[in-house]
Amino acid sequence: MKKKLTFAAALLAASVLGGVANAKTLVYCAEASPEGFDPAPYTAGQTFDASSRTVFNRLVEFDHGKTSVSPGLAESWTISDDGKEYIFKLRKGVKFAATDYFTPTRELNADDVVFSFQRQVDKAGPWFQYIPGIAYQYYNDQFGDNITKVEKVDDLTVKFTLKDPAITFIPTLGMDFASVVSKEYADKLQADKTPELFNQKPIGTGPFIFVDYQTDAAIRYKANPDYWGGKQKIDDLVFAITTDPAVRAQKLKAGECNIMSYPAPADIKGLQADANLKVDEQEGLNVGALMYNTQQKPFDDVRVRKALNMAINKKAIIDAVFQGAGQVAVNPIPPTMWSYNKEVKDDPYDPDAAKKLLADAGVKDLKMNVWAMPVSRPYMPNARRTAELIQADFAKVGVTVEIVSYDWGEYLKRASAVDHDGAVIVGWTGDNGDPDNFLGVLLSCASVGSNNRAEWCNKDFDALINKAKTVSDQAERTKLYEQAQVIFKEQAPWATLAHSKVFMPMQKTVSGFAMDPLGIHRFDGVDIAE
Amino acid sequence: MLRYILGKLALIIPTFIGITILAFGFVRILPGDPVLVLAGERGLSPERHTALMHQFGFDLPIWQQYLTYLTNILGGDFGTSFSTKTPVLRDFLIRFPATVELAIFAMIFAVILGVAAGIFAAIRRGSWFDQLTMGTALAGYSMPIFWWGLLLIIVFSGTLHWTPVSGRIDLLYFFKPVTGFMTIDSLISGQKGAFRSALSHLILPTIVLGTIPLAVIARQTRSAMLEVLGEDYVRTARAKGLAPRRVIGLHAFRNALIPVVTTIGLQVGTLLTGAILTESIFSWPGIGKWMIDAISKRDYFTVQGGLLLIALIVMSVNLIVDVLYAVINPRIRAN
Repeated sequence: MKKKLTFAAALLAASVLGGVANAKTLVYCAEASPEGFDPAPYTAGQTFDASSRTVFNRLVEFDHGKTSVSPGLAESWTISDDGKEYIFKLRKGVKFAATDYFTPTRELNADDVVFSFQRQVDKAGPWFQYIPGIAYQYYNDQFGDNITKVEKVDDLTVKFTLKDPAITFIPTLGMDFASVVSKEYADKLQADKTPELFNQKPIGTGPFIFVDYQTDAAIRYKANPDYWGGKQKIDDLVFAITTDPAVRAQKLKAGECNIMSYPAPADIKGLQADANLKVDEQEGLNVGALMYNTQQKPFDDVRVRKALNMAINKKAIIDAVFQGAGQVAVNPIPPTMWSYNKEVKDDPYDPDAAKKLLADAGVKDLKMNVWAMPVSRPYMPNARRTAELIQADFAKVGVTVEIVSYDWGEYLKRASAVDHDGAVIVGWTGDNGDPDNFLGVLLSCASVGSNNRAEWCNKDFDALINKAKTVSDQAERTKLYEQAQVIFKEQAPWATLAHSKVFMPMQKTVSGFAMDPLGIHRFDGVDIAE
Repeated sequence: MLRYILGKLALIIPTFIGITILAFGFVRILPGDPVLVLAGERGLSPERHTALMHQFGFDLPIWQQYLTYLTNILGGDFGTSFSTKTPVLRDFLIRFPATVELAIFAMIFAVILGVAAGIFAAIRRGSWFDQLTMGTALAGYSMPIFWWGLLLIIVFSGTLHWTPVSGRIDLLYFFKPVTGFMTIDSLISGQKGAFRSALSHLILPTIVLGTIPLAVIARQTRSAMLEVLGEDYVRTARAKGLAPRRVIGLHAFRNALIPVVTTIGLQVGTLLTGAILTESIFSWPGIGKWMIDAISKRDYFTVQGGLLLIALIVMSVNLIVDVLYAVINPRIRAN
């Protein structure tokens, strides 16, 4: 008997050890803990990396490393002529994950899709406040009350009815908050009176299955064997939560993780020099700018704005403030975004020409405010330093700058007011990869007094971007946006300063990782050589 | 003795109220509108803004906010995190064992090394050992913790590969926590090598967190020993021919212990504040890292609740030390 037991133990040990040796595990050193595992109520990138991009799918999916979308859980769709009705055909045979805490009895159907959206607006429903205090901020920001109805046509067909046509509707469905969750799982948790588990132990259709979360330490996933897109090449995926960037770099070098996010600019050279590592890079989907209040004298004169733009040494800002992790911005949208106009040339750095132009405009001894935002963002790591450099640049052309700043909430509020004084340093990070998410949100007449902090309303520009919202042909939209960028540059409501550069250091054995312009870290399709 | 303890307990009430006012006030003194800060660049409609202000109770008069806050605390409700929407107390309890485990190791490290170094330095007063120890202790006391931690990582983990960089255990090991103490849970799991891995992950954070208490304890032990060694009864003990080891161990050290125990008790506060930096460096999933994350995310309610909980713990430890002090030293009881 004893012998048998020993043998069984040995067999077990061998199978466990063998499992460890054969399983391909990818360890990702992540920058922060997820807020939860239900993507809809949250807004932080690390939450999306850990939930929507691993465990869940959406009706449409962003293409790897691009801002364009392809069919996801929806195989195909049709749009009515008035642009107000979208009918989606769902993929057949999509399975929700089976885990030790939930076993699905059915495949994905229209009920799940309807539930996924309804729960975020149905104020009387049990899921609207299943965690007290949550808000569906992204849904509100993106759709507001524009979706009037989401209905099941048949098991595999869903119809969305909109109040107004929205050209960005399809890419918006690729965003994290639009992830499709399991209604069957939600119903079970509601019956068990444990709805909070919906946010702790997610069930999705995605490439990975959630296994475990040790708070602030590690998240574990395994590859979904039944994934509709095929099983992943890696077997296990582990997020090792490591908040300090210098420590992440050390962990990567020591082989404690295979890939890491957001290295500190100071560490990049050292990582690039390491023979076992490679460092991918890409421009971030963002822009940092100095936005003149174009409704205020003398900034209502385009010559003054042009002159000031020519007075700024942008290269010096990139070097000093971004330490190489940025590039000079020419257009208000980043180069990774479709419709980026490569033909547009930036105003040259030319203090003498700037001085002359200011004199032509009749401006002498100009005193102005430059607003420095109090927080650090990828598109503007140190606004105070940037403001100081601009101050020095402007001094050379006879303009005296006073740097002002407020607490972040106050800053944003004051900078939105139409009569705010001077030029504001601020920026934007894209949500859905659509140019309207920059040009419309930041520069349209409609957003004067809120996100349009140049308070700039140009009829020709506005006509172009409004028209672009009504046509569905992307080539045609591209043309309209390209023209809009030309007008933007001529009219110079902003000094476009920078797009951040994002780096992704990894071991050379890692393959198939595509840097994502939306800032998402996706591990589907990634492989690791043994 | 009972009266003494009751007296100490009575003192705790005003301290507690003072701390609640501080924690409450601190968050409100911070400039700016917390709701606007949360919304960021994207902004917020005025209606949504009003709704959120109301939801968080920021629209009430300040005294009313404070009363609600105090009533909630007495009912065990320390608020709800802005960012994760989970109860602060729950978030705290999940992370607390990791902090305690690290603090215990750091304390053992600091006490053993600190007391030993202090005693030897006192016995060999003025020797090179004394000067070296006290010099090192002064350096240790003024050590910038973040720099120190990173330096140790670069040398011992990055270059020499002796210790792991960060975390509590190798990710190869995976088991459900039972006690929350990784050293104990790794033993319970029965997985081969897990305990060893947990220990190796403790080395560097223990040294970093223990550095300041070690320096303080060493210096305190030395001066307490020097004082006692000059006392008449020590001279008497020596004169009657007791072995030096007995004189120091039995007569001197026991009496020097009283101020040392107080110092050790006070170091618990240092350990909890030190944990903030140490845990951030070593990705140690405890309350220190949790607080830093909350501050950087401006998660007001977590900061407020966390501050209060930490203060409560420091207060309780101080109370225990006071009582212990009375147990060791009869004179205190009598007064």
